Amino acid sequence: MSSAATMSVSTRDTERYEEKDFGFWLYLMSDAVIFACLFATYLVMVGNAAGGPVPKDVFSLNRAAAETALLLLSSTTFGIAAVSLWAGDRSKVLLWLAITFLLGAGFIALEFSEFSGMIAKGAGPDRSGFLSAFFTLVGTHGLHVSVGLVWILVMIGQVFAKGLTAPVASRLMRLGLFWHFLDIIWVVIFSVVYLPGLL
Amino acid sequence: MDIFGRLTIESLPFYSAIAASGAAVTVLGALSVAAVITYFGAWRLVVFQWLSSVDHKKIGIMYIMLALVMLVRGFVDAAMMRSQQAIALNSDGYLPPGHFDQIFSSHGTIMIFFMAMPFLSGLINLIMPQQIGSRDVAFPFMNAVSLWLSTAGAALVLISLVIGKFSTAGWTGYPPYSGLEFTPGVGVDYWIWAVLISGFGSTMTGINFLVTIIKCRAPGMTMFRMPLFTWTVFITSVLIIFAFPALTVACAMLALDRTLGMHFFTNGMGGNMMNYINLFWLWGHPEVYILILPAFGVFSEVVAVFSQKRLFGYISLVLATMAIGLLSFTVWLHHFFTMGSSARVNSFFGTMTTIIAVPTGVKVFDWLLTMYRGRIVFKPPLLFTIGFLVTFVIGGLSGVLLALPPIDYLMHNTTFLIAHFHNMIIPGVLFGYLAGYMFWFPKAFGFKLNEKWGTRAFWCWIVGFYVAFMPLYVLGLLGMPRRMEHYEIAAWQPHLIVAAFGAFIILLGMICLGVQLWVSIRDRKEALDLTGDPWNGRSLEWATSSPAAPYNFAVLPKVECRDAWWDMKQRGVAYQRPEKYEDIVMPKNTFAGAVIGAAGFAFGFAMIWWIWWLALLSLAVIGAAIIVRASNDDDEFVMPASEVKAIEDARFAQLAKAPKNAMEGEPGFAGQPAPEPAA
Amino acid sequence: MTVKNARALRWQSCASTILAAAAAAVLCGGCSVLDGPVLSPSGPISLAQRDLLFKAVAIMMIVIVPVFVMAAIFTRRYRGTNRKARYTPNFDFYWPLEIIVWGVPAAIIVWLSLHLWHYTYQLDPYKEIDPSVKPLQVQAIAQDWKWLFVYPEQNIAVVNELAMPVNTPVSIAITSDTAMNSLVIPALGGQIYAMAGMQTRLNLLADKTGTFWGRNVQYSGRGFADQQFRTLAQPPADFDAWVEKVKQSRKALDATAYDALAKPSQKVPVTYFSGVEPGLFDKIIAKYSHGDSDRAPHHVNAGTTD
Repeated sequence: MSSAATMSVSTRDTERYEEKDFGFWLYLMSDAVIFACLFATYLVMVGNAAGGPVPKDVFSLNRAAAETALLLLSSTTFGIAAVSLWAGDRSKVLLWLAITFLLGAGFIALEFSEFSGMIAKGAGPDRSGFLSAFFTLVGTHGLHVSVGLVWILVMIGQVFAKGLTAPVASRLMRLGLFWHFLDIIWVVIFSVVYLPGLL
Repeated sequence: MDIFGRLTIESLPFYSAIAASGAAVTVLGALSVAAVITYFGAWRLVVFQWLSSVDHKKIGIMYIMLALVMLVRGFVDAAMMRSQQAIALNSDGYLPPGHFDQIFSSHGTIMIFFMAMPFLSGLINLIMPQQIGSRDVAFPFMNAVSLWLSTAGAALVLISLVIGKFSTAGWTGYPPYSGLEFTPGVGVDYWIWAVLISGFGSTMTGINFLVTIIKCRAPGMTMFRMPLFTWTVFITSVLIIFAFPALTVACAMLALDRTLGMHFFTNGMGGNMMNYINLFWLWGHPEVYILILPAFGVFSEVVAVFSQKRLFGYISLVLATMAIGLLSFTVWLHHFFTMGSSARVNSFFGTMTTIIAVPTGVKVFDWLLTMYRGRIVFKPPLLFTIGFLVTFVIGGLSGVLLALPPIDYLMHNTTFLIAHFHNMIIPGVLFGYLAGYMFWFPKAFGFKLNEKWGTRAFWCWIVGFYVAFMPLYVLGLLGMPRRMEHYEIAAWQPHLIVAAFGAFIILLGMICLGVQLWVSIRDRKEALDLTGDPWNGRSLEWATSSPAAPYNFAVLPKVECRDAWWDMKQRGVAYQRPEKYEDIVMPKNTFAGAVIGAAGFAFGFAMIWWIWWLALLSLAVIGAAIIVRASNDDDEFVMPASEVKAIEDARFAQLAKAPKNAMEGEPGFAGQPAPEPAA
Repeated sequence: MTVKNARALRWQSCASTILAAAAAAVLCGGCSVLDGPVLSPSGPISLAQRDLLFKAVAIMMIVIVPVFVMAAIFTRRYRGTNRKARYTPNFDFYWPLEIIVWGVPAAIIVWLSLHLWHYTYQLDPYKEIDPSVKPLQVQAIAQDWKWLFVYPEQNIAVVNELAMPVNTPVSIAITSDTAMNSLVIPALGGQIYAMAGMQTRLNLLADKTGTFWGRNVQYSGRGFADQQFRTLAQPPADFDAWVEKVKQSRKALDATAYDALAKPSQKVPVTYFSGVEPGLFDKIIAKYSHGDSDRAPHHVNAGTTD
């Protein structure tokens, strides 16, 4: 907190990035509360099948496991992209970001097929309170992943156009926080939604 | 599928004279604002200096303007309810149920979401960065986005008067009544999207303020040297960040029920209405403290400055604020003791609720003890503070009564409850904001508000409050439920007539506020604040010029203790010029915030009327604006030292013309701060 | 200077003026409120509720009266123009005061909390009032915009009228066939929400005969204002006569009659039904609960027969 008037531009920039990182952490905490409310809602409503399908009827352990694998793997590949960022290797950053994007897109594709399959079987979100809660919880996570995918594309564009400049690196680090955060949420979804539903 | 969704020509309010005139007033209001801007040839100024501004002071002023406009609208609703109930004994009065219901719904929605929240954000924006010796908030652009999203939400509520109808489900929107089965129109959707969109703005505001306080304090400004207003903002921001998600989730689920036919809160098909009520109050109770804590902050500043004395019990006040913030998350169930929870659950939440009375009581006594052995100068902000102190404890009393479940069984949903929370929110929240408005107005505009009209406004408000709301306590004891469009019990009517008369006195208070603003602008040359320190203030916002320079502080102040500005004056280091000025980096103006706000409005409107192409289009616009903005590394500019010097030269020339101390000659002025004698 | 002093004096008396205004506003309703259902109760539950109200108000005066007194004295004595009063601009901390300021409210709250637990258990609406007496069972169903009361043991049903023998506990099972409602009879006690697909419960007792009003107090739509009913607390003989009167009714509440009744209607007159569709109350709940796991806020064994 030294006087901004006397500090060099780079210290000032560092402080700006710290502010942004801290602000982003706060956003993640706020978002975590959103998910906490959705989890609580799901747990309240999981028994409210209203004569419709119950978790056992609609979940597939194989697909959930595949989704988990894709997302966990994408967190790892993002980690490699971050390591490449510190190494200053632009092409590797681009490569690993692209791989992360593909893994994330695979996750979304699986989720999409799961949702459309359920809706086709008459187990859509308007069937019962349980299914409303399920689609909303998992769908909100999926929406976050989709936003993350767009963000990855934007960052690929920025790395491509601007190189690994300080602002771009700072944004990449926050994207990383976001991506890993979604991973953690997914792990909770897997353990709270899919596992108890199938065991 | 229709290109305009549910929107047809029948949505225009020509079905009733009252609805049509409400719409006409709204449209004429908008047109007259445009006319005034045109008359003064100020479009360029409005668009390029304000619409695109990211300056926290301008954003703060715009928030407060929004709040004052919505205060008028919310008051009109209140006056209509009071007059309806005053005449509706065994008669339908002049408002049919469908209309009366919209009015009580919009009154609550407007006052909480679009009067109190913007007023609070405005005061904080205007003052907090200056109090901690910062040049801006941490995220100036996000600040603009928050403002315009709040405005978008307010605009949705306003336009519901013109196109379609507003919700009839009250400001809390309890399902299943608020579900599609019972209220199929667009009203509840207007409520949902107005609340959701402005809620996003509020969440971002909370994050912004918290980062600002943690990261942007001036050198030497440790946490326990922060002025109490900043402390309350700190706790309020934490509450916003953790409480608003619950509201977002509750409203979003209600929207999913209504739009996609889901079953979160429906009667059948596995819905659970109790979940909504829990989520809503998980936000709703902290929200009460989100609103009132900054008002407590204002009272703390005002009472110390006008008692010309240090704030008594600073540490106690900080601890009490923290305690209130923490406890506010543990009491939500007291809003529905009557849902049928077990005695154990009700006792727990009842006890937690009464415990909040302890830190609140501590605050009241600390403010009183601040006046003890002070030299009190009775300016309008202090009058509002004293009025608050005396009135607030009555509300605290009724609050503790309602916290006792057996009493709540009887008083819940009656006008006793209405009297209670208005007794907290009018003296507690609104008086605090009005005190802050009159206290900090010179900081925003460089001249003081007229004190005579401010005093008159105070007396009308306080007397009007008692006359309007004490009868509601009585009516509650007579068993009168809230939200009655008409009634058959004759014993209620006299009290309702008195209450309506109270509303009339409050109307006089509103008029006094308007006259005060008008007279003050007209006579501004006689009340100029040349020093930037019109009240002989204690905290750093009084160290800047009035209005403050775009960068607030040419040189960041060095803080050595609490009451930093008072301390500087005592040490004789106030108003010092540096040897030379430095370049200052400033954020550039941008239209992205206003664009996102406009697209947010369009998105809300589209979701309300099921105009899906417009919803997608406006989402795309928002996404594009964010991506473009996030890819822009050139969002700041450097104000050269020479320009800073020119601004500061002008300021010191103005200072030279000013009297030594702006309070000199005021009755009761205790003198300049002098160096303290050694202990 | 004198003008300014006079003006200053006016401000200083602001606290007392406010008090005067408050007193006036309270007084203007003082008389009628004493006869109101809350302060002149007709049953032991509401009587105990009122006693708690008085006790709590009294104990809190320990804090509230000093606030009024301090506000009045301080604003008067320490007005800036009074140069004779002591002025200590740096007085901002004093241990004994801090202890009082935290300690006294805390002590009051401890006292109050103990009472809160005691009374909340004692006045729990789910609690049977007298376990040695079998309560009269009533099933209350909220509809748009009326109340249907079913007496399963008597096999009768009544719209917008609730009769009960005096000095006999009444146990009301509550549900809703519409939006959320809330059932209250201010003279006797209450209130508890009525929610579709769920059952809540309210135990009451009238110890005075009389006619009291009860109603829905949870806003539920355009007919809300008129959604009220008459409560008749009668001597047992009169109650039996009332039951006989209802049984004379030619209307019976079978499934068809119920569906017709359940349609939204306003200002519905008192209607008697002799004979009720068996298990009607449970069927109304089942219509919304679809056999899902228990959905009511909480359950107790006491006082239920279903």
